[in-house]
Amino acid sequence: MANITYIESSGQTTTINLNDGWSLMQGATANGIDGIVGECGGSCACATCHCYVDEARLADLPAPSAGELDMLENVAAERRPNSRLACQIKATAALEGLIVHLPEMQE
Amino acid sequence: MNADDSVVVIGAGQAGVQTAEALRTLGFAGGITMLGDEVHAPYHRPPLSKAWLAGEMDAAQLTMRTAEVLARKHITLRTGVKVSFIDRAAKQVRLTDGSSLPYTGLVLATGSTPRSLSLPGASAKGMLALRSRDDASAMAEHMAQCVEKQLGVVVIGGGFIGLEVAATARKKGLTVTVLEAAPRLLGRVLAPVLSDWVAALHRSHGAELVLNAQIAALEVDATGAVSGVRLSDGRVVPAGLVVVGIGVTANDQLAAAAGLECERGIVVDACGRSSDASIVAAGDCTARRMPDGSLVRLESVQNATEQGKSAAAALMGQARPFTATPWFWSDQFDKKLQMAGLSMGADRWAVRGDMAGDLATASFSVFHYRKGVLIAADSVNAGRDHLAVRKLLDAGLSPTPEQVADTACDLAALAKQ
Repeated sequence: MANITYIESSGQTTTINLNDGWSLMQGATANGIDGIVGECGGSCACATCHCYVDEARLADLPAPSAGELDMLENVAAERRPNSRLACQIKATAALEGLIVHLPEMQE
Repeated sequence: MNADDSVVVIGAGQAGVQTAEALRTLGFAGGITMLGDEVHAPYHRPPLSKAWLAGEMDAAQLTMRTAEVLARKHITLRTGVKVSFIDRAAKQVRLTDGSSLPYTGLVLATGSTPRSLSLPGASAKGMLALRSRDDASAMAEHMAQCVEKQLGVVVIGGGFIGLEVAATARKKGLTVTVLEAAPRLLGRVLAPVLSDWVAALHRSHGAELVLNAQIAALEVDATGAVSGVRLSDGRVVPAGLVVVGIGVTANDQLAAAAGLECERGIVVDACGRSSDASIVAAGDCTARRMPDGSLVRLESVQNATEQGKSAAAALMGQARPFTATPWFWSDQFDKKLQMAGLSMGADRWAVRGDMAGDLATASFSVFHYRKGVLIAADSVNAGRDHLAVRKLLDAGLSPTPEQVADTACDLAALAKQ
């Protein structure tokens, strides 16, 4: 389990307690956080669950796969060094307290 | 439309949800009621043949929107509801419980239904298709029984659904036989060389593929359960589960009964408009009229979301045509196939990357040309190529077969020119 804080571009902040194995995308859509779309249902195929991970915590996350890096080239908002796809980040205790910022647009 | 108006959305899948939410994004303040015929809140379909079937995710993870989340957007979700009739003159939707719902704008997002086999035994126990969450749950249960009793799985149809289910079944250690009537897998979509490659992939994972398969009969045991599939050469492939994946038909019955133009689906223009100005349609149930007069039927997430956005705009009096390049994907084993464009009528193909090498590390794309013009590309674990091709096709650009085959040629850079 991990408490994840989502900060939308409007400043709207929501903290969600995610069960292990849940992706950050699933946590967001299940709780109606509009800054994450997740059109493809978590298949790493649409790049509409773009998020910016708190830079200080990047090392706590498994590195992105080649497929995720490919899809990150297609995000609608600016791609930054801390850009990730929320569907590819699974909650574990190591992510406790993680903050992710959501971009202004996803498509 | 204004706050006094009301919209009824028939269908609570990807297209229905997208249309309803897009109406709110566009500022529609009136009532929205979404009617789902399943008992579940809207859920993601793509994982059904993969992670859900494999038992790797729970129902809450599959859920796209709960009723509570929709209610926050003032979208009323009614599940387990069936529509019996659309009364266009009275602008009412009649439900099977006898009640009626008035509408100013109506959205048809009724989806599609898997085709069934027209053979004796087609409805025997253990004959399953995959469309809904309940279908997939039933399939998972049958697979568990097959594991326990050491029975095999036969997949009829070597299309995306069939092959994804075959891959999931192999991962569970089941004996899998895929029966395809055509000479190659995914013949309507992929280039011939890629069909061969996909066949090699499945064989390398231990599935048996029978191409040009002619099914003579379904074998049904004394308990009424399917026990095997008999081929026209007399061979019987034993099975505890037969998965039927031979395509779908659009759910256009309500629309047709209401007198809307239908042809293999509810006919819509690029903006999602039906032949009735108050009625729009989106997703699997539609057949989109193209500028050349032809009809295109697509069954994909992108089609549902794009048409949903167009349909919502149309109800708001805005023209938002869906003109983006169609794209699709399929996950089989550890491979992601990503298709961009429509490959019908291709007469020449070019390969980028190493297609002949080790299956385990494969990453390549096959480009389709028709009369010298790039029309589509299929990528395997090569998302970068896929995204570049989408941009190229969106921009109407057509690099030569020589250019795309040269991995030193930067496709994304070509798309930016």
